[in-house]
Amino acid sequence: MNETVGNVLEVNNVEVIYDHVILVLKGVSLHVPKGGIVTLLGANGAGKTTTLKAVSNLLRAERGEVTKGSILYQGEQIDALTPTDLVRKGVIQVMEGRHCFEHLTVEENLLTGAYTRHARRSELNDDLDAVYGYFPALKSRRKSLAGYISGGEQQMCAIGRALMSRPQMILLDEPSMGLAPQLVEQIFEIVKRINEEENCSILLAEQNTNMALKYAHYGYILENGRIVMDGEAADLRENEDVKEFYLGISSTGRRSYRDIKFYRRRKRWV
Amino acid sequence: METLYLIFIDPFVQMVVEPAFLVEVLIGGLTSGVMYSLVALGFVLIFKASGIFNFAQGIFVLFAALNFVGLMDLGVHPILAFVITIGIMTALAFVVDRLVLRPLVNQDPIILFMATIGIAFFLEGFGETLWGGDVRPVRVGIPDEALFWEAGFGEILVQSADLFAGVIAAFLVTTLALFFHFTPVGRALRAVADDHQAALSVGIPLNNIWVIVWAVAGFVALAAGIMWGAKLGVQFALSTIALKALPVLILGGFTSIPGAIIGGLIVGAGEKVFENYWGVPLLEGATEDWFAYIVAMIFLFFRPQGLFGEKIIERV
Repeated sequence: MNETVGNVLEVNNVEVIYDHVILVLKGVSLHVPKGGIVTLLGANGAGKTTTLKAVSNLLRAERGEVTKGSILYQGEQIDALTPTDLVRKGVIQVMEGRHCFEHLTVEENLLTGAYTRHARRSELNDDLDAVYGYFPALKSRRKSLAGYISGGEQQMCAIGRALMSRPQMILLDEPSMGLAPQLVEQIFEIVKRINEEENCSILLAEQNTNMALKYAHYGYILENGRIVMDGEAADLRENEDVKEFYLGISSTGRRSYRDIKFYRRRKRWV
Repeated sequence: METLYLIFIDPFVQMVVEPAFLVEVLIGGLTSGVMYSLVALGFVLIFKASGIFNFAQGIFVLFAALNFVGLMDLGVHPILAFVITIGIMTALAFVVDRLVLRPLVNQDPIILFMATIGIAFFLEGFGETLWGGDVRPVRVGIPDEALFWEAGFGEILVQSADLFAGVIAAFLVTTLALFFHFTPVGRALRAVADDHQAALSVGIPLNNIWVIVWAVAGFVALAAGIMWGAKLGVQFALSTIALKALPVLILGGFTSIPGAIIGGLIVGAGEKVFENYWGVPLLEGATEDWFAYIVAMIFLFFRPQGLFGEKIIERV
């Protein structure tokens, strides 16, 4: 995993401190290969969102700061760039909890995604059609205020809005949050299509381990601001520890709490 | 008995008996209301986009008007003076953003509010240093003559300057509404007003947006300043009159552009009607100074978000 060629994104040993005191990430490293879907798994507070925000540089608005390590996008150091610069370069984050502009219509929401592009109206219309192609549900609701559409539609709206910036890399933060399982599957299918058809790399933070490992190519597991395990998605799915702690499947059937085991934490220096 | 009669019956009788006078009072009220609206509009723009209550908006009105009149007194053509003043207000927006807003980003709203008080005092002093403290009349060629209009129920007297102010205000408000709804920048402004974080995440540069908003607020202030100035002369009392925008905001809602407009009209018309029909006979007049504040207080009791405050979206 050390070859630099072919990685769109490289996060090397990044440490993040909030408010000058709270250490949230303690040396996280990960790579996203070009055109890949990489997932970042972990419980609440593990540091998934912080990792994504460190990349998209939304951290600074929340008084967070990358204090160590480096973040490279297509081989270029991006720590000092503003979110606007990053969106122009093709890196965009879809935030957790959807964050649609509630008092704007769905179509206006989508159009704000193209703000950095200064594109012609005809070009924008083509892009809108492309987004409606991925999310037909949005087309019928394009004139509704985004605050009034359903949670699933809002998630679609948020992803569609990011697509309007013509990204090369989407940082997708928990698209499954608060959605019915069927809808989650539908959204993941679309994400996969976007990944394949737009050749867009995706870094996906998820709590829904099962779903994430089904669609991702590679996975990292974060715990307390450290990566404790990583591997091909298929391998992670078969891993006993992951099965037990994240997928809720155990090889031995029902087990007593008496012999509950703690899993082997591998020490990582990278 | 006499008092009750004066409160509940007599005013309405008079309104019916002399409808022409009522219409005159309403027109006078609505036109001054339009001016309140314009000042309030400046507050709303900034509050919506950056969550800052800009105490200096009243001074903006004065400062813009002072520059405009000052330039004209130097012999600059009104249109050129107008353009230059817009330039000055834009530069001011830029300076405020760099020197005040950026260093204080992420601070509590109250701290930013205090900073705007500082801006207010600075501009007041700076304006006086530049242009002196005299009352200056505005002569932009707005015709000020009495027009008589023959309505079915009597003759109505209208000041042409008042009508002119109304037309300008309507034009300005329509332009702003179109700007907000149909241009990418306007859309971005509304997006920022809705959700800063999300706006940042799609790459909308917040700082540029803030400069734009402050500049637009400066432009609105200039329009308001010219109209107030045409009516009363450009003088330092303008900034206190601008405080009338506060009850207008409370009435209309701090976050609503239509609210600012309608709030201004209600306050303007309300205070004139109250003054003429209740104030003079019962309280010996001078109710105009406080009427709006009492209404605002009543609104605070019963509808603190104002008539048109942010629609609270609740999904069912």
